Amino acid sequence: MSGLEHYLSIFTKAVFIENIVLAYFLGLCSFLAISKNINASVGIGMAVVVVLTITAPINWFLWEFILDKGALVWISEDFKDTDLGFLKLIVFISVIAAMVQLVEMFMERFSQSLYNSLGIFLPLIAVNCSILGGSLFMVEREYTISETVVYGFGSGVGFFLAIVALASIRYRLRYSNIPPRLRGVGMAMLLTGLLSMAFMAFSGIDL
Amino acid sequence: MELFSTESKKIINDPINVNNPISLQVLGICSALAVTIRLDQAIIMTLAVLFVLTSSNVILSLIRNYIPARVRIVIMLSVIASLVSVVDELLKAYLYDMSKQLSVFVGLIITNCIIMGRAEAFALKNEPSKAFLDGVGNSMGYGLIIIIVSFFRELFGAGTITLPDGGAGYVLWSIPDSWYAAGYENIGLLVLSPGAFIILGLVIWFQREVAGVEEDA
Repeated sequence: MSGLEHYLSIFTKAVFIENIVLAYFLGLCSFLAISKNINASVGIGMAVVVVLTITAPINWFLWEFILDKGALVWISEDFKDTDLGFLKLIVFISVIAAMVQLVEMFMERFSQSLYNSLGIFLPLIAVNCSILGGSLFMVEREYTISETVVYGFGSGVGFFLAIVALASIRYRLRYSNIPPRLRGVGMAMLLTGLLSMAFMAFSGIDL
Repeated sequence: MELFSTESKKIINDPINVNNPISLQVLGICSALAVTIRLDQAIIMTLAVLFVLTSSNVILSLIRNYIPARVRIVIMLSVIASLVSVVDELLKAYLYDMSKQLSVFVGLIITNCIIMGRAEAFALKNEPSKAFLDGVGNSMGYGLIIIIVSFFRELFGAGTITLPDGGAGYVLWSIPDSWYAAGYENIGLLVLSPGAFIILGLVIWFQREVAGVEEDA
């Protein structure tokens, strides 16, 4: 398979077939809470694309050159048995938290309205599992650096697509007659189930 | 504070019932769906969350007066991440099969928003004893929901009920072959992701009917 095609298939896979929200259940907390509002959904979707595209490659470098077993040989041959893998969770989450803080400061400075509408959920991007999940899957699947960039970006786009789709459906259902206690999250879960079923149709595509 | 005072009972009972972390606060959904394919996975996950949430609540509550507000997220995350690494290593050492099945989802307890959410909303504002009770209550509420969801998904999706043991799980009961012979079929959809969303949606609906809460959205 030629180079470009390979990256295209990783991208398509991350967006449609193995959609990070609909197939792996990652990032659902913010997905459900914010999809009440389309504008906020677009905002958080973009924030996730940015954070995921930046953090996945940074974490790749940390994993490849510091944490993995034998990764420290570039310093000295003595370290070839050193395995810092158990630090992976702490290191990854710190990189993510720092990046989220940066995005938050950037948003506060340049888009006050978006900052206000995202409110409490902005810090929660740090604990958005799709971002840590992206880094962990990148390690588990042993991607190269360029594959990691494409995968990170693709997963972000997948999140964006899913949250904007759900927000639009919820917007259209605003005046429909839903049983009162199913309203809100309950209904959103059922809708996500249907969306996820629709996305399963893509799994027939052979890449 | 008295251990069995009305207030501490309320702290424990509320999250199980009227303020359930999954169905009413909408926290910790991701792992709630991913680990509910089998009952034994859900039980182990509940225990892991119980440990992490209770300890993180107590630790953060102890140091709450020394944490500067601007860097609190990083501090909370590093406390939580250390606790989760402990759980991850323990599972690898003593329950290797289970840790393989749970794969990245043990690591993702860090980003389980129940833990961050309770730290931010409760532990940083209350004394350690209350934070402890809050942690226990919320993990119970979380466990209650994921155990119900996984029970239905496993029973109707795969036709078994599995309890955790040291290895790959102990099958408590499975649908007898005579049922299949009579034309019974498992609902394969429940094992896949859409089934998880739909079952959880229904459980949330039911739980809200019981608790008598509705939201305006």
